[in-house]
Amino acid sequence: MGLKTHQLKNPYNDNIFIRMKGKPVLEAKGVNKFFHSPVKTQVLKEVTFQITRGEFVSVMGKSGCGKSTLLYILSTMDTDYEGSLWIDEELVTEKSPNHLSKIRNQKIGFVFQFHYLLNEFSVLENVMIPGLKLDQKSRQELEHIAMEKLKIFDMQDHALKKAYQLSGGQKQRVAVARALMNDPLIIMGDEPTGNLDKKNSDIVFNIFKELAEEFHQTMLIVTHDPEFAAGTDRIIEMEDGYIINQ
Amino acid sequence: MKIGLIVNIAKALMLARFKQTFIAAIGVVFSITMFVALLGFMNGLNQLLDGLILNRTPHIRFYNEVKPNPNQPIDLSEKFTGFYNIIRSIKPAASRLSIHNNEPIIKTLKEDPRVLGVAPKISAQVFYNVGTIDITGVINGIDVEQEAALFAFEDYVTAGNFMDLKNTANSVILGKGAADRIMAELGDVIQATTAQGNRIQLKVVGYYQSGLGDLDNVQSYASINTTQKMLGESASYITDIQVKLRDFELAPSMAREYREIFGIDADDIQTVNAQFETGTQIRTLISYAVGITLLVVSGFGIYNILNMMIYEKMDTIAILKAIGFSGGDVNKIFITIALTIGVFGGFIGLFFGFLAGLGIERIPFETEALPTIKTFPVDFNPKYYIIGGIFSLITTYFAGYFPARKASGVDPVDIIRGK
Repeated sequence: MGLKTHQLKNPYNDNIFIRMKGKPVLEAKGVNKFFHSPVKTQVLKEVTFQITRGEFVSVMGKSGCGKSTLLYILSTMDTDYEGSLWIDEELVTEKSPNHLSKIRNQKIGFVFQFHYLLNEFSVLENVMIPGLKLDQKSRQELEHIAMEKLKIFDMQDHALKKAYQLSGGQKQRVAVARALMNDPLIIMGDEPTGNLDKKNSDIVFNIFKELAEEFHQTMLIVTHDPEFAAGTDRIIEMEDGYIINQ
Repeated sequence: MKIGLIVNIAKALMLARFKQTFIAAIGVVFSITMFVALLGFMNGLNQLLDGLILNRTPHIRFYNEVKPNPNQPIDLSEKFTGFYNIIRSIKPAASRLSIHNNEPIIKTLKEDPRVLGVAPKISAQVFYNVGTIDITGVINGIDVEQEAALFAFEDYVTAGNFMDLKNTANSVILGKGAADRIMAELGDVIQATTAQGNRIQLKVVGYYQSGLGDLDNVQSYASINTTQKMLGESASYITDIQVKLRDFELAPSMAREYREIFGIDADDIQTVNAQFETGTQIRTLISYAVGITLLVVSGFGIYNILNMMIYEKMDTIAILKAIGFSGGDVNKIFITIALTIGVFGGFIGLFFGFLAGLGIERIPFETEALPTIKTFPVDFNPKYYIIGGIFSLITTYFAGYFPARKASGVDPVDIIRGK
């Protein structure tokens, strides 16, 4: 790593990112997952892989291959699995739900197929909520940070609108800004472009691309759009619950 | 900050379903209003009815009872000690009704710090002579000022001035029923004969009406001096000493204590009027039961609305959990909603309840039996407001508890994958 830290200029204090590049962010070892109803079926089979800092990874596969299921296990929201999961070199399997909530709040940012913005709040407040929840900075600081995040996606002019007043593409951009609010270790996306038309989907893809290239943001995106996957650093291919290529 | 965030989210959810939230709050307002108004009104009536008897009953009454002497001569005889002595057809001793040494007794009682006041009294059986007919009655000789101060005597004198009893020699305040029967007007002079056969002329200076018909047919009042003169007794003759205490709960123990010391009979108010206590308790119980039922019903309203809100806001709950809110945080959000409805509804309810009380207090309520009452009585005791407030919080908390638990158990994966 020949980069000198003072040469870098962006909202992330990314000398840390560069220095720590190569450290594992997420690690799954022998993850098995069963669905119990209507009949017992195994949806994930001995899934083992690692994501290191700064990687932009996509998970590809046909519908029903278990890629979304895997994502929800990795996100700590689904705790009903066998095997072990490390996030930031900490074993999170079997941790208390409250502890997992904290990990999600601090270390993981989510982007879903649907934006899931809270319609009752303004755009700025929506972006701020994870920060307010983390409760480490004053409200003014958080407002400033949220505004910075919105600026990345050119959404600062809409900050005071209510979430429901935005278009689909705009909402998804706000959702990505929200995912970035606490400067998470990793951003996870479940078909973030799945519900968007070609134009908006391109915009959102470019956002991810930009995050990866400029900010060295670690990202794990589930998608079945080959075009999207092609633009990522690494593709994990899944079939029938196995990882067939990574 | 964290609490601020939870309150903010709760507020946003409430504003999003403002109409339902508002209706839930109206339910609480209504039930608290009714609770406070009902209890205030019920207890106002209770106090009025109890007051009819209890205000005018001494907490402790000292008197001499006509009864056989417990120390019969045979028990004193050495020859018969160790035997069961059975005496048939025993008769009361010719003991006097007047209280011996009553002046030192009254002095002792007045010096007791637990005693609010002492009023002596004489009960005298009389016949009112109306033409050839004699009508029985009782004349109570009273210390007018003490009686007024301790037992609200003046409240029950419906015609004439009660102080005339003291200022006019040989005067009487007749029970309303008795006055009607002997057809005596104010200012008339009536004739009465005592049980001892003394005749006396008495000037009617007022009517007394307690609201209890039986009492008013018999009881009349004269001053102590007049009664002593009527009976031909000395100025030291009194038959009852009435005591009012600062705390009437002490009456039974004090009655027992002084019975021993003075060697005379003493009755306490609890023993004599046990049935009034019971009546009051049951009426209070009923009003509490009705009030709490109202609150529970409004609690179900809140429960329903929160449940609906949770179904509608599943996505919001799921996303909150996905971005790091724990089940406990989600729980707090819904409990906050429930308690906000409870606090606002309860507060407005207490205010409306107070207004309702003021309204009820203005409704005319005139009855022959209760001469001093012109409107419905309402008790504005802060106790009912405090109980109402606390109950509104408790019921809304429990109404919120179960939906909140459900919300905190929402699995975000189910919701997000379900789309």
